[in-house]
Amino acid sequence: MPNATFRIWRGDSEGGEFKDYRTEYSEGMVVLDVVHKIQAEQANDLAVRWNCKAGKCGSCSAEVNGQPQLMCMTRMNTLPVERPVTVEPMQAFPVERDLVTDVSVNYEIKKRIKPFTPRPPDREDGTWTMHQSDVERSQEFRKCIECFLCQDVCHVDRDHHYHLDGKFIGPRFFVHAAYLDMHPADEADRLEELKDRDGIGYCNITKCCTVVCPEHITITDNAIIPLKERVADRYYDPLTRVLRVIGVGR
Amino acid sequence: MARTLATVSAHPAVSRRPFLQTARIDRWWSKPLAVFLGLSAFIVYSTWAALQNAHFEFGGYLSPMYSPLIFGDSHHAVLGSLPGWWPGWLPFYPAFLILWAPGGFRFTCYYYRGAYYKSHWASPASCGVGKAQKRYRGEHSFPLIFQNVHRWFLYFALAFLVILSIDVYRGMWFGPSHDEFGIGVGTLVLAVNVVLLSGYTFGCHSLRHLIGGKFNVLSKRPGRLKAWQGVTWCNTRHQLFAWLSLFWVGFTDFYVRMCAMEVWTDLRII
Amino acid sequence: MAAYETHEYDVLVIGAGGAGLRAAIEASATGVRVGLVCKSLLGKAHTVMAEGGMAAALANVDERDGWQVHFADTMRGGQYLNQWRMAEIHAKEAPARVNELEAWGALFDRTQDGRILQRNFGGHAYPRLAHVGDRTGLEMIRTLQDHGIHQGMTVHMEITVTTLLKDGERVAGAFGYDRERGRFRVFKAPAVIVATGGLGKAYKITSNSWECTGDGISLAYHAGAQLKDMEFVQFHPTGMVWPPSVSGILVTEGVRGEGGVLTNSEGRRFMFDNIPELYKELVADDAEEGWRYVVGDREARRPPELLTRDHVARMILAEVKAGRGSPHGGAFLDISWIKDRVPGGAEHIKRKLPSMYHQFKQLADLDITEEPMEVGPTTHYAMGGVKVESDSQMTNVPGLYAVGECATGLHGANRLGGNSLSDLVVFGKRAGEHAAEHAREVGPAVVREDDVEAAAAEALLPFDREDAREGPFQLQQALQQLMQDNVGIIRDEADLDRGLEALAELGRRAGAVKVHGNREWNSGWHTALDLVPLLTVSEAIALAAKERQESRGAHTRDDYQGKDPEWGKVNLVVEKAADGSMQVRREPIEPVPERLAKIIEEQG
Repeated sequence: MPNATFRIWRGDSEGGEFKDYRTEYSEGMVVLDVVHKIQAEQANDLAVRWNCKAGKCGSCSAEVNGQPQLMCMTRMNTLPVERPVTVEPMQAFPVERDLVTDVSVNYEIKKRIKPFTPRPPDREDGTWTMHQSDVERSQEFRKCIECFLCQDVCHVDRDHHYHLDGKFIGPRFFVHAAYLDMHPADEADRLEELKDRDGIGYCNITKCCTVVCPEHITITDNAIIPLKERVADRYYDPLTRVLRVIGVGR
Repeated sequence: MARTLATVSAHPAVSRRPFLQTARIDRWWSKPLAVFLGLSAFIVYSTWAALQNAHFEFGGYLSPMYSPLIFGDSHHAVLGSLPGWWPGWLPFYPAFLILWAPGGFRFTCYYYRGAYYKSHWASPASCGVGKAQKRYRGEHSFPLIFQNVHRWFLYFALAFLVILSIDVYRGMWFGPSHDEFGIGVGTLVLAVNVVLLSGYTFGCHSLRHLIGGKFNVLSKRPGRLKAWQGVTWCNTRHQLFAWLSLFWVGFTDFYVRMCAMEVWTDLRII
Repeated sequence: MAAYETHEYDVLVIGAGGAGLRAAIEASATGVRVGLVCKSLLGKAHTVMAEGGMAAALANVDERDGWQVHFADTMRGGQYLNQWRMAEIHAKEAPARVNELEAWGALFDRTQDGRILQRNFGGHAYPRLAHVGDRTGLEMIRTLQDHGIHQGMTVHMEITVTTLLKDGERVAGAFGYDRERGRFRVFKAPAVIVATGGLGKAYKITSNSWECTGDGISLAYHAGAQLKDMEFVQFHPTGMVWPPSVSGILVTEGVRGEGGVLTNSEGRRFMFDNIPELYKELVADDAEEGWRYVVGDREARRPPELLTRDHVARMILAEVKAGRGSPHGGAFLDISWIKDRVPGGAEHIKRKLPSMYHQFKQLADLDITEEPMEVGPTTHYAMGGVKVESDSQMTNVPGLYAVGECATGLHGANRLGGNSLSDLVVFGKRAGEHAAEHAREVGPAVVREDDVEAAAAEALLPFDREDAREGPFQLQQALQQLMQDNVGIIRDEADLDRGLEALAELGRRAGAVKVHGNREWNSGWHTALDLVPLLTVSEAIALAAKERQESRGAHTRDDYQGKDPEWGKVNLVVEKAADGSMQVRREPIEPVPERLAKIIEEQG
């Protein structure tokens, strides 16, 4: 079996350091398998958050060789093992211990966003007539597994911590807002919050969120920019404003 | 290591990497560097070409960097020669009268914004790479909030597609009085330019919004649905068209310029 | 004196998957104080793994469907060991629960006329599964989560409950620890709902996540609740078999629903070779008819790949045993062949099965639109669990409710695909409603200090022991291996005896396990504590499996092949005897009332 050195960050909110673990691994293993092997054999108290190990729950987010990734979906054969593989916790969230971070801010942010607010149902059984072509846009955003890798990589969070300051909701929640705002049955208005409180203007479209998304959601082009355009419609475009006032257009 | 380098954060348990620091081991700098060189080269060339004020037309061909030619001693000029009221102290560069429109369209384009914020502003230089800026305003407030004018530049850009298409048509007429139909290599160069610019313009995020994206229910508007799907097709290739069209605009100008300077000869196909 | 934090609620829900969330939403709606405890982060529960869909007789695709058909299908699938009343409630209420999810923001795939689309699934007579591609569970949990956080409940994340607290006979709350700091928590509540999901982690090859250690079943058992049908563990026929580190990960039945076929190493479609009597009339005569069924021909009958899971799993095992398996010990599942039969070819497959496409591409380096997958049985679902009253979901312990996978009754000897997601919301709602009512009626319960002290002392034991030879991870692996080998898909008495003996021995070793480090995020400690429920449920499975001397549904005995009508009249109940030992006894099944028996008969 081949060998690899894993350079894993060990520590807590007070500080910590990288420790090297040399271990064997077998074909087809993913980074999470190797971390578990190290945990079982060399470091029983190594903290790592994980659940399904199938890329569906979004728990095992970390940074492998500096790239925000799900450890369970990162195959060993995609990494150069001639050098140590660094594994460290997500940088944009306070560390709890070792590879585990405190992601509770994300749950607080979501609670602030206006929930789904449907128009009255149009069918007798209390459901809505919605066509596939209309639900598809929001369905893309529902693929999100809340791994928060997009929040981690976004420089507004990562370097400026605006998500912790309550100034910026981050890519995950623009995706969430986009799902709600483009839902064919929803009628709540979230544009003012998006512009002011949620800080959509802080996004400068570097598309890092789209790159790291394990669900391949086109976050920037399909969620954030369309929301920016909806905000522009309302607040930055005198023409559509006039049209709206005289009752033409949306 | 990373977490002991925590610097200015108000959140002690969250670290921040210093400028250009990263744990990435790939060549993360190669793409922003390429963008930096590509964009810078175009800016330098287009500025130089606009300052030349010469060699921008050849027979029926007009360089896209000078089109529409508003004033000038040329059959391309829309309003004829430079009028007498033009102040003598003001140097006249016809290219600058129009270049603001396509320039503004590209400057405020969502793709280019994301690209040059990285390559020219290092904000950030690449994903997961430390930043120099301590304070950050993004497009949330002045001045970059003005990027929202993008849709206005879009209207101009759509008009330019019409103008440049007319230029292709005019590029099909040869001879001293431009009444002899034909197609030269230059005609094709101009035509390709319009095709690529169309691919770029029709993939615009603002257009995607205006044409259909702003509606949540498109199934009841089949025309808009089709249009939105078409724009979406271009939009997923926006980056590709952005670069192809950028290069080709420069090349078209260069082609016409080389013909005008008699460095090479335009070949007639028909 | 152990330090701990106390929280007081009217209704405490343990587990935040589909069932727990739905129960918490319903209880909150009645205005009582609700606490929701989850072992992981909110929204990560195993419900996210459910792929195929949610069975409900909406009759959107085929108007011949109705609750009666769904009821009969469920009973037939469960080999009539089900609690008929649960099957009836489930079939009747599932459509309303699906519609309710839509009203809370869920976006199911649509029919041409804009209604909720339904797909075919094993054991269901008509297209019945409301779905979203192959990520229906994710859609459900996200909908419930996003709706639930605005209903006033308090969510406690990453907390493991180790003991239920009692006030005399009735339940009084729960004791647990938080993962972040290892601090103890006491939750006081006169009504407690366990909704902790499955026990798949008792097996080596499983589709279940780390959390699925049978917590709720074990908690309820030790609190005096009865367990039922524990011998019935569903092995999903199609789990990944290669590479080894991902073996067990689910390959959705949706692959077969979309036309995927099973073949052996000789290229033979072996599922046609042996069709059980009960289903003879329902299965296609040939491949062509099977395909017509897949594409919606209502005259056609289903392909044999869409037979019940127990049967498909056994068929695959038989091929492997006969030496006709795939290179890594499974069978081939091929969806790529439909490329030539549908418009869009490969794109169609990717659109219908996006997560399967990515799962194989990323984990096995295999393009399912080009090559067949290798699949084999994987531990998937526990039909058995805590015995509950059909209408209210209350156990025999006053104030204690169980719902979802950790409860039992709906599925009998075998669960139909798609019935679990609807189970969660149908009975989640009922449990929440009844628990809230109960809490209001009985008022606060008293938690005794001694019980808390005892629970705390027990939780800390692994730190205090002498250095042991084995760590908790090694013990967990040993348990999983022994369950796989001795209490697996095909069982016999000698194996089961060996298994029970080995479990007793493992229990002793677990009592000596030592953990190092401190209490913060200490996975070794957590694993050591999880051994308790794992050992409990494993023993219950083995005991019940030994007792039931026949083969029925998901329970297959090599030494007692075939069904025995006598055994069709009883369920097996497991409970704790006065001396603390685990006992199993037979309990007659309540007969199906006339009106429902007629329906079963009419539906064939």
